[in-house]
Amino acid sequence: MQLTEKHKEYWQRNVSLTGVLLAIWFVATFVVSWFARELNEIIIIGPVGFYMGAQGALIIYVLIIWYYARRMNELDKEYGVHEGDD
Amino acid sequence: MATAASDNKAFFNQLKRYYSFYTGGFVLFVIGVGILELMGVPQKILGYVFLFATILLYAGIGFMSKTADVSEYYVAGRRVPALFNGMATGADWMSAASFIGMAGTLYLTGYDGLAFIMGWTGGYVLVALLLAPYLRKFGQFTIPDFLGARYGGNIPRLIGVLAAVLCSFVYVVAQIYGVGLITSRFTGLEFSIGVFVGLAGILVCSFLGGMKAVTWTQVAQYIILIVAYMIPVVWLSVKHTSVPVPQISAYVSALPKVTALEKEFNDKATPKGAAEESVRAIFRARSAEGDRKLKGLEAGGATFLAEEKKALEDKVAALKAAEAPDAKAIEAAEKAVKDFPADAAAAKKAWTAEKGASARAAPVRAHAEAFPAAGKTPEEQEKNRAIAKKNFLALIFCLMVGTAALPHILMRFYTTPSVQEARRSVFWSLFFIFLLYFTAPALAILVKYEVYSSLVGSSFASLPAWVSNWAAVDKTLMSIADINKDGIVQLAEIVIGGDLIVLATPEIAGLPYVISGLVAAGGLAAALSTADGLLLTIANALSHDVYYKIIDPNAPTTRRLVVSKSLLLVVALIAAYVTSLKPGDILFLVGAAFSLAASAFFPALVCGVFWKRANKLGAILGMTAGLLVCAYYMYLTYPFFGVNAPKWWDINPIAAGIFGIPAGFIGLIIGTLISPPPGKEIQELIDHVRYPSLEGDIDTKGA
Repeated sequence: MQLTEKHKEYWQRNVSLTGVLLAIWFVATFVVSWFARELNEIIIIGPVGFYMGAQGALIIYVLIIWYYARRMNELDKEYGVHEGDD
Repeated sequence: MATAASDNKAFFNQLKRYYSFYTGGFVLFVIGVGILELMGVPQKILGYVFLFATILLYAGIGFMSKTADVSEYYVAGRRVPALFNGMATGADWMSAASFIGMAGTLYLTGYDGLAFIMGWTGGYVLVALLLAPYLRKFGQFTIPDFLGARYGGNIPRLIGVLAAVLCSFVYVVAQIYGVGLITSRFTGLEFSIGVFVGLAGILVCSFLGGMKAVTWTQVAQYIILIVAYMIPVVWLSVKHTSVPVPQISAYVSALPKVTALEKEFNDKATPKGAAEESVRAIFRARSAEGDRKLKGLEAGGATFLAEEKKALEDKVAALKAAEAPDAKAIEAAEKAVKDFPADAAAAKKAWTAEKGASARAAPVRAHAEAFPAAGKTPEEQEKNRAIAKKNFLALIFCLMVGTAALPHILMRFYTTPSVQEARRSVFWSLFFIFLLYFTAPALAILVKYEVYSSLVGSSFASLPAWVSNWAAVDKTLMSIADINKDGIVQLAEIVIGGDLIVLATPEIAGLPYVISGLVAAGGLAAALSTADGLLLTIANALSHDVYYKIIDPNAPTTRRLVVSKSLLLVVALIAAYVTSLKPGDILFLVGAAFSLAASAFFPALVCGVFWKRANKLGAILGMTAGLLVCAYYMYLTYPFFGVNAPKWWDINPIAAGIFGIPAGFIGLIIGTLISPPPGKEIQELIDHVRYPSLEGDIDTKGA
């Protein structure tokens, strides 16, 4: 089994997508929590620091996974590594 | 392949039809029980109806899914559509701790509790991005399977089995505990009998049909648990804010009011604040008295004990000798003499508890405040705040990485029909988990609002029905006493146990008992479904990885299944036995399982996919180092083990993974670099898992 340049490019794009999404995950979780006290001074819906921990971060997680599944399933087709012929 | 795709579609539609019927049937059943309640059937009977009807239902699904096919038994035939695998993972994931405990933890600890909310959802990002699609492509039966194939040889596999059994067992004990608690509370059965009734339900299901039966039961359990969670919360939200979306109304309308009331309670200049202060003063005095007696005991020993008793007896005599004897005061004084501790040890225990009353004299904590901390000087307060923040972040990290390393969750992604479905299925999993998790903080706020605004300030002569009911049932959940004798309830006079929040919500919202029964059924579904998945993981690791892969690779199918089923039975009985001993702190058990799994599995699994150079020695060193460092830190710092060594960087034992995970990575990197890279076969395996489909691809599908 020999990998072509195209295969390597697919993997590269997968890794960079994973990296970007993990960075968003990190910011939404750890950076936001780090500044929770400061963010609590701002009120949108609720105090922002609290609200992010209770709902905001969760919504971001759901969106990250949704986008990853969609984008990767597209990439599979684009690079011809998808399963099945439908 | 086109036929396979249309087969899958037909199967999906069939499932949709079944579960729609099922949901409709369940709603009719609840309405039916509601009618029974109207006809005056006693609550205890209704509790039994819920308990046995749901357990029968799960057993029925298990019976219908019975199988003798290996692939069906271990991975549900790999044809579970993404949406349904999502529901099953949701039920597998959400345990009794999530269903009953979560909102309570948030009620009691405010912002701090959000570590669990974020940790137990954010981990799915790691599952989706780093593991699920690759494990699905690898496509065998267990997590140790992957370690064995990727790193070669039986040692990585065996360490994997050991870690999987260890963390799943710790976790399953916590689940069975939850099952016992719920059945005993709602039916009046004894705790240990409740454990075995619940266990029977678990076993019938997984015993007959393995993963196939567990999957379809878990989907059914998810539907029950989410309905049971939502109905009371939505109702409560309508009652308070007339908006049926608790996830918004709690923040927009209830939280500001809660915050205002917190300020009022802490401000001695307001009437409410003054009343609170009078209760707190009593607790402070009690605490000081306890402290005085402890010091006296320390100095005087038995002499001091005798003097104290004498003083009490003198008081009784003085009261009796008074001109107009006060019968009540005499009775109280006599009781004090009677309850006086018999020896120094008992006295120390009683007075230490008395000294602890100071905790109830503390001001109300602001619900939304992040990292609250006390301290005598501003510097000390800052220092404590930094420690709180550090522990909060460390706990989130451990819970997240642990989520992405718990074998019973990762295993679920072996069951989808394809890599693409596996990716979608992580999305559905988190979506279904999210529904409950983003409701829990809202529920905590709504109940807090109810307590602060309606219960506080009401008269002891006319307490709300839910308060007196629960206070009568279980003192650890609800205890309320008129400390300052003003006949009015103050916040400092109430002690609430975390589990009360979810259990009592139907009554607080003014719903009939049938909804309370529904909530209990939901909690039971949450605990049973998680226990199912965990027991199956343990039995599979032992039967598939140890027996089939190592001891007897030529074993015929029937023998493999017999071994697996017998192990399931044995493990379940051992787990139930351990549970009946009631081992300590449930939350700690759960936390320990996450840290252990994270330290043992995460580095080896992730590097197995993303770092081609990672090899056998690296995996062995990494997994051992992670597991040992994590377990060693828990042993050092968790009070249960009695060592109580100083903490490293003030990190609490529940977040021991913060040391275990880096240790795992370091061990893996060092071990890998000092030994040769893996051979061509393993390089090909890595390419195989990285690409959903390759020409001339190798085949790792197990039979």
